[in-house]
Amino acid sequence: MRLEYKINVKDLNLFYGEKQALFDINLGFPTYQTTALIGPSGCGKSSLLRCLNRMNDIVSSAHIKGQVLLDNKNIYSPSVDVVELRTRVGMVFQKPNPFPRSIYENVAYGPRVHRLFKTKAELDEIVEKNLVRAGLFQEVKDRLTQPATRLSGGQQQRLCIARAIAVNPEVILMDEPCSALDPIATAKVEELIDELREKFTIVIVTHNLQQAARVSQQTAFFHSGRLVEAGETGDLFTTPQDERTQGYITGRYG
Amino acid sequence: MNAHIVKAYDEELKTLHDLIRHMGELTVKQINDALQSILERNDRIAHKVIEDDYEIDLLETKVDSLAIRILALRQPVASDLRRVVAALKISNQVERIADYACNMAKRALLLNQMTPFPLTASLSFLVTNPKEMIEKVLSAFMTNNVDLALHVWQMDREVDDLYNAYLRQLFDEMILDPKNISPCTHLLFVAKNIERIGDQATNIAEAVYTMVTGKPFKESEPFKDVDEI
Repeated sequence: MRLEYKINVKDLNLFYGEKQALFDINLGFPTYQTTALIGPSGCGKSSLLRCLNRMNDIVSSAHIKGQVLLDNKNIYSPSVDVVELRTRVGMVFQKPNPFPRSIYENVAYGPRVHRLFKTKAELDEIVEKNLVRAGLFQEVKDRLTQPATRLSGGQQQRLCIARAIAVNPEVILMDEPCSALDPIATAKVEELIDELREKFTIVIVTHNLQQAARVSQQTAFFHSGRLVEAGETGDLFTTPQDERTQGYITGRYG
Repeated sequence: MNAHIVKAYDEELKTLHDLIRHMGELTVKQINDALQSILERNDRIAHKVIEDDYEIDLLETKVDSLAIRILALRQPVASDLRRVVAALKISNQVERIADYACNMAKRALLLNQMTPFPLTASLSFLVTNPKEMIEKVLSAFMTNNVDLALHVWQMDREVDDLYNAYLRQLFDEMILDPKNISPCTHLLFVAKNIERIGDQATNIAEAVYTMVTGKPFKESEPFKDVDEI
């Protein structure tokens, strides 16, 4: 069954020790769509992203109130296996972070850990399929055994996307995935995001407003830990309803 | 609204305003001069109106270039985007209004060759509202004033009423004496141009409405009580 919202955040409050980082967030992430989270530095958008696959668990002072429902099940309930959760909700980071292994091994790593194949031939197929999906296969097919670190930044980032999708996640979280890339590499990643939307629900944090406008169907604007406004991306960038959104996206305050 | 963090952006938007204001002022002057050339039977003024039209065309080109430049370099969104798009439309509409003034001046050259016709004097009456509409609607654009834009939109009704009344007078004169047909036909075209100025001003009013509210003019039905015109 396909739900309208893959992820539903309900009354979410996040604290780092005494400091509250998110206040009463309510936001649905539509299935097979890309949601962009925008807002000034420190607004809480990355914190929210990291709540969606419990990346904040590794921060000892962090605790939350409220719920994050993935397919209507709270990912913060005690019965949830966090490792399994993170295979369902994958993540791509700001700086490409390939493992210091071969291109092949980077993509094969997840399937190996989760035993997603029986034979070497099957693994080869998984690696190729995901490199193709990430739009990288043609560029690397003759040097799969070379170290991933020899690839360009843009190629490394697409490799990280291939690695993230190789374990068949349902949601991909992206934290500023293009901020270290040149415009051509950025365009390739954006095109990839658009293609990946057929199979995955995507959440992207970006400081690049034009990028949010280009890649997302829904945009949510955050300020001071609060969700100010969320809506269809075309509407939000032409007729924002809140003065603060208007001020931020038109470049009127920092 | 607050200023942009990037000051040059605000300066470019201000320049866009200034250009359109200048276009508007020149256009109103052209209408005044065109009317004067008819009322005073002055060919020299009529020729000047026709010659000066290129200045307004030039300003329209400048607005276009600047708007395209802002779109390319600043990538405006939200209210800024709506303002730049409105400026593109409005400059085009003001240029059309200037063309109507030019058409009036061309008719002046023809009317001036004929014996003076009494109904000519009523033109100054017809032109009052459309001129005021241009001034007000451009002021509405500069100041984001929706109410003023809607007021201008409503003013067009009176322009149409006066135009229709004037037409009837012209028809009466033509029926009365076939010798009147020639001057009346020219006056009819002049009156039509004046009426079209009002229409263009209402188009600008609609553009201002959309710019300020973000809503398309028709769907929003701002005056449910106004009859179909």
